Amino acid sequence: MKNLLSIQDLDSASIVEILNTARELARITDGPMKKLPTLRGRTVVNLFFEDSTRTRLSFEAAAKRLSADVISFSAKGSSVSKGESLKDTAQTLEAMGADLIVIRHSASGAAKRLAESGWIQSAVVNAGDGMHEHPTQALLDAYTIRAHFPDHENDFSGLHVGIVGDILHSRVARSNVILLNKLGATVTLIAPPTLLPIGVSQWPVQVSHSLDEVIGTLDAVMMLRIQSERMNDSFFPSEREYSRDFGLGAQRLAALKKEAIIMHPGPMNRGLEISAASADSPQSVILEQVANGILVRMAVLYLLLGGTRIPTEGVLV
Amino acid sequence: MSIVLEQSEIDRSLKRISHEIIERNHGLNNVLLMGIPTRGVTLAQRIGAFLATIDSSVPVGTLDITMHRDDLRLKPPRPLMGTQIPSEGIDGKHLVLIDDVLFSGRTIRAALDAIGELGRPSSVQLAVLIDRGHRELPIRADYVGKNIPTNAQEIVKVQLHEIDGIDQVEIGLL
Repeated sequence: MKNLLSIQDLDSASIVEILNTARELARITDGPMKKLPTLRGRTVVNLFFEDSTRTRLSFEAAAKRLSADVISFSAKGSSVSKGESLKDTAQTLEAMGADLIVIRHSASGAAKRLAESGWIQSAVVNAGDGMHEHPTQALLDAYTIRAHFPDHENDFSGLHVGIVGDILHSRVARSNVILLNKLGATVTLIAPPTLLPIGVSQWPVQVSHSLDEVIGTLDAVMMLRIQSERMNDSFFPSEREYSRDFGLGAQRLAALKKEAIIMHPGPMNRGLEISAASADSPQSVILEQVANGILVRMAVLYLLLGGTRIPTEGVLV
Repeated sequence: MSIVLEQSEIDRSLKRISHEIIERNHGLNNVLLMGIPTRGVTLAQRIGAFLATIDSSVPVGTLDITMHRDDLRLKPPRPLMGTQIPSEGIDGKHLVLIDDVLFSGRTIRAALDAIGELGRPSSVQLAVLIDRGHRELPIRADYVGKNIPTNAQEIVKVQLHEIDGIDQVEIGLL
């Protein structure tokens, strides 16, 4: 594995390998050994063309726990606003010694372009590209689900995961659908028709327009953020109506199975897609997701930067 | 490949090492065993079992040193093997590191680094089944099952029943 561009590129064995590596890192760093010397002298660049808090900080924390140097870049206040291209920006950062570039960009395919155009030699990790994929989010979600359903270590068959909300604009949903499907879970997308992508019938999922119908059968429910920055069309009549039909409020919280978990990739709109009571309930694993995100990103950085870059046989290559 | 140690000899070596550990530490008070994956863990468990029959049982842990290796960049990423630190921790203990083969000494150097971050044992001792020479660092073993002179190209292959289905040590060229 040279880059992590999409979940689509990974087979289930590689996914499990990443999750197992993250679990070992959890075990090591759980004790007094918070920081590992593994990536000393390597430089990780966070190249963020879109706003982000948790993903950028999570990658930064992951890199620092492995002793890598971190350079963070956000497009605001940089030469990008003077019109510098992606190619020039990336090559400049590589000239400054980047070994790995974590990129978030509003254009789908930006990470792939960066990795495969031959502009740079650095490894590339996709931290979200437009409406395409957000692979590390799907990996950390899978890690979180696995931690709560230990009988389903490497095989999610029999688990029912519901993804609720704005599937249309969500790269998180896309990556999760692909990953959960590769591990064998049953996935149901729950959204109003206006927030489902065209061609969703081709996806390996079930679709429902009623959260109440499926809530009682779910083992994990992922609430997606209503992305008001992308709501430039009338996808639903009003926030109140959306919240009533698709929000996770008190009644639906009570309808959930007792062992089911509540997930949210953040940042939450409390009172819109998720009520405060749900977000803070004992079934909520939202903060665990944040903690697991660092572990999964450490695993990815280790697997991409920890060894030689010369390709050889093996799962990880 | 030719066999240099058979089951009975491996057994005897591990028993002798167990006795030496007790002798050197004047009993087993505060003694802690840490095996280095993969086969060091098995050896640590066996020595732990011998110690329990001879004297008393001691905590046995495992220490994966992958993240502290100095040769990570020379090979593809290695899978992590698991670290388990006994609940009482390592501070103030006589920590006996256990590995199957002592060669360049780099694994042990990495293990010492890892231990340094875990805590401050009152002493660190090293037990190995085979010492094959060719050290690249100033490191020596306190307890050695068998010294086997080798040339650097030769391979020493330790097989243990729990992992490989047979107890034997072979030496030879690939």
